Amino acid sequence: MQRIGVFVCWCGSNIAGTVDVKAVAAALKNEPGVVFSTDYQYMCSQAGQNLIKDSVREHKLTGIVVCSCSPRMHEVTFRKSAAAAGINPYMVEIANIREQCSWVHKEMPVGTEKAIILGKAAVAKVNLNAPLTPGESPVTKRALVIGGGIAGIQTALDIADAGFKVDIVEKKATIGGKMAQLDKTFPTLDCAACILTPKMVDVAQHDNVRIFSYSDVEEVKGFVGNFTVKIRKRARYVDEEKCTGCGACVEKCPQRKVPNEFNLGMDNRKAIYIPFAQAVPKVATIDPNYCTMLKTGKCGVCSKFCEVGAIDYKQKDQIIEEKYGAIVVATGFNPISMDKFDEYAYSQSKDVITSLEFERLTNAAGPTAGKLLRPSDGKHPEKIVFVQCVGSRCAAHAEKGKEYCSKICCMYTAKHAMLIRDKYPDTEVYVFYIDVRTPGKNFDEFQRRAVEEYGVHYVKGMVGKITPEGDKLKVRASDLIANKQINIDADLVVLAAAIEPDKSARSLATMLTASMDTNDFFTEAHPKLRPVESPTAGVFLSGTCQGPKDIPETVSQAGAAAAKVIGLLAKDKLTGNPCVASSDPLMCNGCSSCERVCPYGAITYEDKEFPGPNRTVKIRRVAVVNPAVCQGCGACTVACPSGAMDLNGFKNMQIMAEVDAICK
Amino acid sequence: MENKNFKDEIIRISGVNPKKCMKCGKCTATCPSFDEMEYHPHQFVYMVESGDIEPLLNSASIYKCLSCFACVERCPRGVEPAKLVEAVRLCAIRKQGGNHLKADAIPALLDEDMPQQALVSAFRKYTR
Amino acid sequence: MQVKEYKPLIVAFCCNWCSYAGADLAGNNRLSYPAEVKIIKVPCSCRVNPMFILRAFQRGADGVIICGCHPGDCHYTSGNYYTRRRMAALFSMFDYLGIEKERTRVEWVSAAEGAKFAATMNDFVEKVVSLGENKRLEDLRCKK
Repeated sequence: MQRIGVFVCWCGSNIAGTVDVKAVAAALKNEPGVVFSTDYQYMCSQAGQNLIKDSVREHKLTGIVVCSCSPRMHEVTFRKSAAAAGINPYMVEIANIREQCSWVHKEMPVGTEKAIILGKAAVAKVNLNAPLTPGESPVTKRALVIGGGIAGIQTALDIADAGFKVDIVEKKATIGGKMAQLDKTFPTLDCAACILTPKMVDVAQHDNVRIFSYSDVEEVKGFVGNFTVKIRKRARYVDEEKCTGCGACVEKCPQRKVPNEFNLGMDNRKAIYIPFAQAVPKVATIDPNYCTMLKTGKCGVCSKFCEVGAIDYKQKDQIIEEKYGAIVVATGFNPISMDKFDEYAYSQSKDVITSLEFERLTNAAGPTAGKLLRPSDGKHPEKIVFVQCVGSRCAAHAEKGKEYCSKICCMYTAKHAMLIRDKYPDTEVYVFYIDVRTPGKNFDEFQRRAVEEYGVHYVKGMVGKITPEGDKLKVRASDLIANKQINIDADLVVLAAAIEPDKSARSLATMLTASMDTNDFFTEAHPKLRPVESPTAGVFLSGTCQGPKDIPETVSQAGAAAAKVIGLLAKDKLTGNPCVASSDPLMCNGCSSCERVCPYGAITYEDKEFPGPNRTVKIRRVAVVNPAVCQGCGACTVACPSGAMDLNGFKNMQIMAEVDAICK
Repeated sequence: MENKNFKDEIIRISGVNPKKCMKCGKCTATCPSFDEMEYHPHQFVYMVESGDIEPLLNSASIYKCLSCFACVERCPRGVEPAKLVEAVRLCAIRKQGGNHLKADAIPALLDEDMPQQALVSAFRKYTR
Repeated sequence: MQVKEYKPLIVAFCCNWCSYAGADLAGNNRLSYPAEVKIIKVPCSCRVNPMFILRAFQRGADGVIICGCHPGDCHYTSGNYYTRRRMAALFSMFDYLGIEKERTRVEWVSAAEGAKFAATMNDFVEKVVSLGENKRLEDLRCKK
């Protein structure tokens, strides 16, 4: 039996004005378990807290009920005084008789009666309270960043600068991501490579950063502070330590017909390649799908010309296992496939290109060395049509488009149109739009400049059909403001393709038990207040894996994710919330209902031995809650059909006791 | 009140929700009989949504629609403007009190220039 | 015989993050609602086991209301979606049990909606009063 002390606060006249505090204290004195009951003017004052501490000693109290203001105000205060007096802080319950009683009711008898009932409910709960101790777990002071685009690079740099070790896992042969493929950046028009490549060098040379390029995350185990990750370092058939990136092998490689993915297949590369001049790490990689030596065993030219002997045709995939305290997802995006948009003739004509292809086409390091030439015949296009929202805001066809707005297309289309008119003032440029969305610093001004200073024709309306005819592209579109249908014979059409999360994100989310939305974007722990954290503790989100965003937004989110990681890694130990779920193995039947509802992936199953009759041992599969991951929402307790799952601090019996006390 | 009724009737017959329209104009951009029509597909959607049905009922546009369903196919929001046109057409016919043509009267009315698709559309209308 | 004024007994389950704070805000703004409403704090509305509701009715409660964060705003991401489904399933059985569906309700009250909390409670109590005492599910053995 508990020995409960009840303390009724006057809160000056805030409570005492509408609640007869003496009557409340007297009524609660007779409740089961209550050995002491008193009232005081200000329980939260130093004197009030001393009253609690003294009473604990004097009456050997094991539980405390404070009838006062909201627990959101002073629960922490009273728990601290309980701890100071030597009893478990979770043996304190608050009856909220101010916000939910004296302040909302005006008559003394009504208020007093309700206050007594609220007090009784709190007493009934404390009678069933048990001391709780928050669990502690150590923190591995190393972070993993998955994805080496601008988001991953920025996050890694920020974490590393704070003095923690960081590993970047990048599946491509070089870090840099999509930003490395861009030509200019809006709204300032500075060149993407000029601002990205120094960062790539910084991150590569940082003492605290390791880069695993050409690698994938294979397995993730553990929980916040204690992840164990297996990384598969794919064989690139070149010794990274020895390779100097001189490029002699690339020059001599006889296999020259490999579509160059860095230029989106618009030109060819060799079977051994360095993706681009500023690649990090700047080492060659052999593409096993095209290398004659690896396929037939007859060639070996590259190894003959390599002066440092870095070529190793027998290299195998390597598995690296490492421990991490935090994981940042920065897997980024890809433009969606245009193959299903038959009306835009993307697969029929080479002169219908996506905006990312256009970026390569205008880039000085691109397939045309920066000259704007048609991919089909290498002529200079005179009429260019841009189509916005191709696949974005497309709710009707889930198989081809996306329901959301891709956010960046309005701005990059304005940028492309402006760049063309700047370099080639003789070209006519049309942009067909549904809405122009330019929220952002200097964004609208930028788009207006494209119209007003550079004379880009913006037409409100969509393109309905594109038909290749001879060397022209017949574009039929609507001009909604003029209420006209217009036909343009264009030389080049650029489609602003919607963006989607990288395909690898879904399997990664499963490994991390991080949740995703229907579009495969990672969900945040709270849409407004915790936008860079995943609901899974210890997993953080950086960049477009969480939703479409432009570069400045990506970088700021990357920094925010890094700040959260630093905050986690700076701790030596994680103190959990003790009000977590726990399962009674004797009652659990291993049905997995709880596992399915848990938003945090805190529940796992293990085989446990149970003593059977005649000294036999039975093995059953039972649920186990990881207290470091559980956040204590209680969804599992209701899902559990056998009643094995319960929530500490809010046990079924405790809430039932409160219900009973109120309904008595 | 009259218009409201027509609006509800058209929405009921067609099963189309004109509120889904985001006014991109892809339907109009894709319409092959654009030049023939007084009101274009996107206008149909907008006018039905705002209950402005009377002009549509009295317009020749409803008979110029080929029911090729290009607008239905291309609409990114799944609004299906052609079904609205069909519904308005049906309303116009019903409004006339069922003064259908007699089969014997058809040969005299046959027009050399009538597109075959118009006939096909009639079949489509009654098989859907 | 003296006619006693009928006072219903209402149990309100409020989630810690939104609705309990909303109730506090109603208090801060001195927005009154009937004293018959007694609030029980739960971490999330999804902690409310249908058993608790039945227990309340069994013990003589006349109405039970569950308040949680607005859909999409749950502190635990998806808890209130579970609540919504579970309660829809539970309420659908109330006809069979012989109690009026109107005696229960799920409401979304955010931490900023003190006025909504008070208005909801006023409305709910009024509804329960119009239904009268809950006699169908009350377990007479519970009455001493």
